[in-house]
Amino acid sequence: MMNVICRRVDSVVVVDLGGRIILGEGSTLLRDTIRELLDQNETRILLNLAEVTYIDSSGLGELVSGFSAVRARGGELKLLHLTRKVHDLLQITKLYTVFDVQEDEAKAIASFD
Amino acid sequence: MRQHEAIVLESRIESVDQAEAAAEDVANRAGFDEVERHRIAMAVREITVNAVMHGNAYDTRKKVTIEFCIQPDELVVCVKDEGNGFDMTEVPDPLAPENLLRQSGRGIFLARAFMDEVELQPSAQGTRVRLTKHLPGGDSSGEGRHPE
Repeated sequence: MMNVICRRVDSVVVVDLGGRIILGEGSTLLRDTIRELLDQNETRILLNLAEVTYIDSSGLGELVSGFSAVRARGGELKLLHLTRKVHDLLQITKLYTVFDVQEDEAKAIASFD
Repeated sequence: MRQHEAIVLESRIESVDQAEAAAEDVANRAGFDEVERHRIAMAVREITVNAVMHGNAYDTRKKVTIEFCIQPDELVVCVKDEGNGFDMTEVPDPLAPENLLRQSGRGIFLARAFMDEVELQPSAQGTRVRLTKHLPGGDSSGEGRHPE
């Protein structure tokens, strides 16, 4: 089960994610959320993963897909507050080198400007 | 100590959650800590995803069988589908720079990262994947052994 809350901070949409980003409902919800934001011309997106307890390879695939989709629109998708497990997963898969990973929300917001 | 058990799952997405939960439970009984339980469960989950999606292709007539065996020095998990076999050469290296942004293709890689051994045995009757993890404190990794 995954939950999503979107909130605007300045010119950035912060997406607070919680639960499991996994094959099926979780990854579909993430995909739909990013697609809806792009449809609304929101191309500065910060995914807050602080409450994400689990990501599988399907969830990683959705993160990558979202990153590519936002970049294709000339925008940026960044990650905030990785848990230890998610951090390790991104390191193992070398995706840590792909994403801009932030530790502080205010600094993350400012980094979009 | 030697324990053996098996579960038979339907070829549907929900089965991967069952596989993960069963692996977590067995890993707990085998004495692994929370970090290793998570890794073992994720490895089993990823291989089961492959079995359901690519092996059995969601065919409701086909099953996924998972066997767990706690041996004195290792945990062995075998995941078997009833598909047409699996060609490893079709799976690109997910760490190659040109593949980093691919949406899929990380499942087997993660299983290899989290387990000590991953052996794929494709056949015309389906693919069998054997996952092995040395038990904590066991000597099968060579640690703690002394030369004769």
